[in-house]
Amino acid sequence: MAAQEVAAQPSDTLATLKTESETLKTKLEEERAKLHDVELHQVAEKIEALGQFVMKTRRTLKGHGNKVLCMDWCKDKRRIVSSSQDGKVIVWDAFTTNKEHAVTMPCTWVMACAYAPSGCAVACGGLDNKCSVYPLSLDKNENLAAKKKSVAMHTNYLSACCFTNSDMQILTSSGDGTCALWDVESGQMLQSFHGHAADVLCLDLAPSETGNTFVSGGCDKKACVWDMRTGQCVQSFETHESDINSVRYYPSGDAFASGSDDATCRLYDLRADREVAIYSKESIIFGASSVDFSLSGRLLFGGYNDYTINVWDVLKGTRVSILFGHENRVSTLRVSPDGTAFCSGSWDHTLRIWA
Amino acid sequence: MHSYMVSKMSSKMVGSNNLAHARRMVQQLRVEASIERIKVSKASADLMRYCGENAKYDPLLMGIPASENPFKDKKPCTIL
Repeated sequence: MAAQEVAAQPSDTLATLKTESETLKTKLEEERAKLHDVELHQVAEKIEALGQFVMKTRRTLKGHGNKVLCMDWCKDKRRIVSSSQDGKVIVWDAFTTNKEHAVTMPCTWVMACAYAPSGCAVACGGLDNKCSVYPLSLDKNENLAAKKKSVAMHTNYLSACCFTNSDMQILTSSGDGTCALWDVESGQMLQSFHGHAADVLCLDLAPSETGNTFVSGGCDKKACVWDMRTGQCVQSFETHESDINSVRYYPSGDAFASGSDDATCRLYDLRADREVAIYSKESIIFGASSVDFSLSGRLLFGGYNDYTINVWDVLKGTRVSILFGHENRVSTLRVSPDGTAFCSGSWDHTLRIWA
Repeated sequence: MHSYMVSKMSSKMVGSNNLAHARRMVQQLRVEASIERIKVSKASADLMRYCGENAKYDPLLMGIPASENPFKDKKPCTIL
């Protein structure tokens, strides 16, 4: 299943391989440059500019005792799972703001959490280097921790996790520099993904119509696109100037956005194989921690370390709104499954629903 | 970003000057260099078309009335 190995030649030396590396890199840049005939924002000049947006906090979810690090929506468009530095994982009904479940993890810094597609379980992990799955019981008195199933084992912190198209498989990324695909039932690793040169901080699964790929971003400033079946990195992009904290596919699956500590968000088109937009302003100097698209892909929401959320016109490259409210870094942000709202989580211990 | 709480992995994968690593790099670059690409003009047109076709279904873009958005209902009590 591994990619074809480069046959070892007797004449192989480090020097010849390095030369070939450099030649290939140059060729890659030349091939990409040949197709760079126009900028996305230039093509987008002919479409109407967006009007003013009024987006406000509609709900505030209070209950975490420390920084909120991650959140995810349930497919039912109303439940949310969130995780915190204090080791707590909470399931909320975002309509009513009621807490439905709470689990205390054996570790602090629960950096990753995800809702299962069925809505019947959540996955989470962090400094324990693991990803564990908790089935959600209808009995509120049941101790969820008792049914916990350890699925993934990494050799450094878990930075992100998500279920694939079923409750049966989970994709993880880790500070150990790898990503991996796991079978939930057996805990077996089905595939591992090596190629990042430092901590992997984020990942996103391609929309199901697009096939079996996912994108990851890391402290090596690279975003990599992976073939889930072979473990092969099929494309990589290295234009950010610092850690990539968040990656998210454009809804069609043909592109993805990234948010970075270099204070920019960027759009990479997979078929053009290059960066096609940068979302930045001189006044924005703090890192972007989390990004997500609106349903049509026209808007990109970015949560930043300066406590704000910037809303970008994806096609024109301009900022259309800036949202205030959080009292500390925005650490996580996801649009709801039907696109009616988005949720942000912050180091100010709260989550906010915006619409 | 995470250096405030954990030390980052040492660079055991990068800069290791061995043949196996260099061979993998070359192999990886060959794979990446060989993919088929389209022009940015075509890619842009496709992104724009997707936005255009789906704009009317995008509640955050279009702004839907309060009566249709469950989150825009009258705010309930926030119970801690």
